[in-house]
Amino acid sequence: MSLADVTAPVIDYKAISPLLATLGGSIVVLMVGLFRGPLVRRVLVPALTAVSLLTAIGLVIWVWRRGDIAPVIRGSLEVDSLALGITVLCCVAGLVAVALSWRDNAVREAGAGEYHSLLLGSVSGMIVLAEASNLVTLFVGIELLSIPLYVLCATELRRRTSLEAGLKYLVIGSVGSATLLYGLALVYGATGQTGFAQISDALGDTVPLGDPLLLTGVALVATGLAFKASVAPFHQWTPDVYQGAPTPITTFMAVATKAAAFAIFLRIFDHALGLLQLDWGPALSALAVISIVIGNVGAIPQRSLKRMLAWSSVAQAGYLLTGVVVGTRLGLQATAFYLAVYLIMNVAAFAVVVARERVSNRGDDISALENLGQEQPWLAWPMTIAMLSLAGFPPTAGFIGKFYLIDASVSGDYTWLGIAIVVGSVISLAYYLRVIAAMWMGRYEIELPTVPRRTVKPASGWSPEADALAQPEVLVVAVVFAALTLIVGIWPDPLFDAARDVGTALSNLS
Amino acid sequence: MTIHLSIILFMPLAAGVIGAFLPGRSGRWLVLAATVGVLAYVIVMLADFDRGRAGLQYVTNDRWIPELGIRYQLGVDGLNLFMLALTAISWVPCTLWACFRELDRQRLFLFNLALAETAVMGAFMAQDLALFIVFFDLMLVPFYFLIGGWGTGERVRATTKFVIYTLSGSLLMLAGAVALGVLATPDGGQISFSLAVLQERGVPDGTQNWIVLLFAVAFFVKAPLFPLHGWIPETYRSTPIPVLALLSGVLSKVGVYGFLRIVLPVMPDGSLHWQELFIVIAVFSILYGSVLAFSQDNVRMVVAYSSIAQLGFITLGIFAFEQKGAQGAVLQMLNHGLVVVPLFLIIGAIAARARGSESVLELGGMAFRAPVLAALFLLATFATLAMPGSSNFVGEILILFGTFEDKLVYGLVASVGVILAAVYMIRVFQRTMHNRVGPAVESHDLGGLDLATIAPLVALIVALGVYPQFVVSRTDAATTAKIQPARQAAAAGQTAARAEAP
Repeated sequence: MSLADVTAPVIDYKAISPLLATLGGSIVVLMVGLFRGPLVRRVLVPALTAVSLLTAIGLVIWVWRRGDIAPVIRGSLEVDSLALGITVLCCVAGLVAVALSWRDNAVREAGAGEYHSLLLGSVSGMIVLAEASNLVTLFVGIELLSIPLYVLCATELRRRTSLEAGLKYLVIGSVGSATLLYGLALVYGATGQTGFAQISDALGDTVPLGDPLLLTGVALVATGLAFKASVAPFHQWTPDVYQGAPTPITTFMAVATKAAAFAIFLRIFDHALGLLQLDWGPALSALAVISIVIGNVGAIPQRSLKRMLAWSSVAQAGYLLTGVVVGTRLGLQATAFYLAVYLIMNVAAFAVVVARERVSNRGDDISALENLGQEQPWLAWPMTIAMLSLAGFPPTAGFIGKFYLIDASVSGDYTWLGIAIVVGSVISLAYYLRVIAAMWMGRYEIELPTVPRRTVKPASGWSPEADALAQPEVLVVAVVFAALTLIVGIWPDPLFDAARDVGTALSNLS
Repeated sequence: MTIHLSIILFMPLAAGVIGAFLPGRSGRWLVLAATVGVLAYVIVMLADFDRGRAGLQYVTNDRWIPELGIRYQLGVDGLNLFMLALTAISWVPCTLWACFRELDRQRLFLFNLALAETAVMGAFMAQDLALFIVFFDLMLVPFYFLIGGWGTGERVRATTKFVIYTLSGSLLMLAGAVALGVLATPDGGQISFSLAVLQERGVPDGTQNWIVLLFAVAFFVKAPLFPLHGWIPETYRSTPIPVLALLSGVLSKVGVYGFLRIVLPVMPDGSLHWQELFIVIAVFSILYGSVLAFSQDNVRMVVAYSSIAQLGFITLGIFAFEQKGAQGAVLQMLNHGLVVVPLFLIIGAIAARARGSESVLELGGMAFRAPVLAALFLLATFATLAMPGSSNFVGEILILFGTFEDKLVYGLVASVGVILAAVYMIRVFQRTMHNRVGPAVESHDLGGLDLATIAPLVALIVALGVYPQFVVSRTDAATTAKIQPARQAAAAGQTAARAEAP
């Protein structure tokens, strides 16, 4: 076969332009980061990263489509509204990470160019994952998103816990990837197909639904993805890694990884393996309930805010999984909606943690928030709103999000999952309210005998003088996202419109 | 379509938000003005209200979240007219109290108070189930802050317990409400939570039962009634007095109101299914509350437990499924609120004269130097124990008559509660106002501020005792309409039973 016979696949450059923007940005930022000088690392590199992410968001708006799918590169990527919606979420999370880490230790120690380039690389991985439409690109996406994160977790080179977090994430993440890969191989072995659409067609046609090879593969895929989305009982890495990693990276990891992981959850289970719903439905709903219970109970004895938010993210993963389990269009919409809500409220909370960590000698301990209501109401209010939203109080976004998820589970004949969400929310009050109490209700010692109160050096920024200056951008992030939490809670129509558009993806759903 | 209800609803919140940003202590005037403005608005509404109509008046009906079928739907009928009045009336003295006292972080306190008024008003006005739940949950937020921020003793523990208890109930209700909305939606129809639509569509008998149970948990916790009152002791001990007055006087009514507004009309078969159980719970609450009220030393706990008994009475009246019982319940909801709010404010005044002590063991002999206080307290006491001539007497008699018609035994047991009320209230009055002067007591009469907050409320009690017809004539039509579905279900059940019998 001569070279002339090979036809290059047709590439719809318009459809994948957001991906190109972040990938290109990643390379450019790395190159620019090689130049010396404070101007480059403090201004130029973050600015270029932000521009790259903003461009990607702009391009998503440009190519935004409903219903119709653009298969790109011979069906290895599929750009539909779900992929585009998740792309926006990941890019927003990336922007937040850029803002929060603007004057962070980690950036200085790891090098601005490398840090931001890795961040953009991870975002690109998420976009690939969200657009993946066959087993191979799925795995490429997972690895592309994970490997930069392993490094980013360890970027605070002089803090032991940061290195530990990086190593832990690497080891456990690799186990998850290996499990996933094994599962993908088995699914391919059983169906003889790698494309999601082809797998869906093959099921029940050439492959019997009860094929043990196939079911083993599905189970391993579920396990591998559960590692990535920190769904219990595959969540053990989450608290340690969230606590150890630099907080801006934790923020990014918590919201963006979850969005990407749930995008692929939806695509592979509700789309490719939709016909097997009777088989994986009970298993995933069990995982959902276990996550809700373990996540919420695990968060109760935590002193560290980052650990608490990590456990809470395990619980939130459980809530999100209910939207996947029902396997309906409403479930897809509710999951997409809740992912956006989850991003908004968590960013507000993490931004406050970043702000306190830089100046308080209590680090991310809950006592760092003591009396914040009187001293810094502009930080205390965002945290309060975020906590109320996470707990599901009206009129915040969290309430609407939970309402939507319960609606989806009841409509999909999974009423008991709706009840599980409700019970989980009640348990979660125990730790969310404690944070609010610490800020507003005067000095009182929170009784958590398991972990002693500790004193740490403030995780300072560029220099002690810069610490005070480092607050404005963090403050802006906190206030903006807290305001968004309230706005979405009171006027959710725009987000519902977006969710409805996202809901036009995955054509096989009822 | 009118905008009046929206103005009433959001006036306090707007004032609270703006007031929080005004410099110094000037914001308090704005909040106070809004509270008084709401009261004025409600008084005008009382006068303007068309008393003969059973349907909703001043309706506002707008889309809010079409995706979830939630509408911004407000309305007033005889059922909630006086609940709105009670809210408006009660908030004025409590806001006054907060405005003119040296209060730590006063602006925040007033903001929370204003937010709470909006939330409570919203819960009473809402004619959409989801909107009701939004306001029902929203009520918790300001009270969480008010108790935790300005309470005494183990306040954080108390307020956390209060929120967890109440929210467990209301989240279960949320699940039940979503299930109700989904199940009622016909195939291909658009989901809706509007109460009128839900009532028209109906839900299958079997599923009604467990949904009613979910709602009942939420309302029983809020009221609170016997097995779900666990949050009461700690919360009542820690809550600052004006907040407690609102908590006990107004918030507790939202629960029982929910039965009349939502459960009975929308799920009549389910209500009938649990009628016996709920009546037993109500009667048990009456006895339990009365006995515990009798055994308390702390004055505020006496009133707290007497509230459990009173709310038991109201629930009994509702679930008798008789016109008189329901009317009595609605009247008693108003009466209890109007009595409890001044009672707690009086308790605050008493504690202020006894170095903060509220124990009857340390009180006594206050009347000699504080005759006005004693007189007001006496009037409120008489109203609480349902002395003939008080409006509470009318309410309780109506409830008991309603119960006697079909559930004679329960009615007789419940009457014991009336007697016990006389015993524990008179005991409290004697041991605080008369007897030997207590060791901690430094009695002096009411100051201008206390008088301004307490006296009008007591005057209102007296006025209502003279002319309870003012209330009954306005609530009659709506109340009868609300219990009608349940009465029909009961009648149908009896007919079916007779047909089955040989």
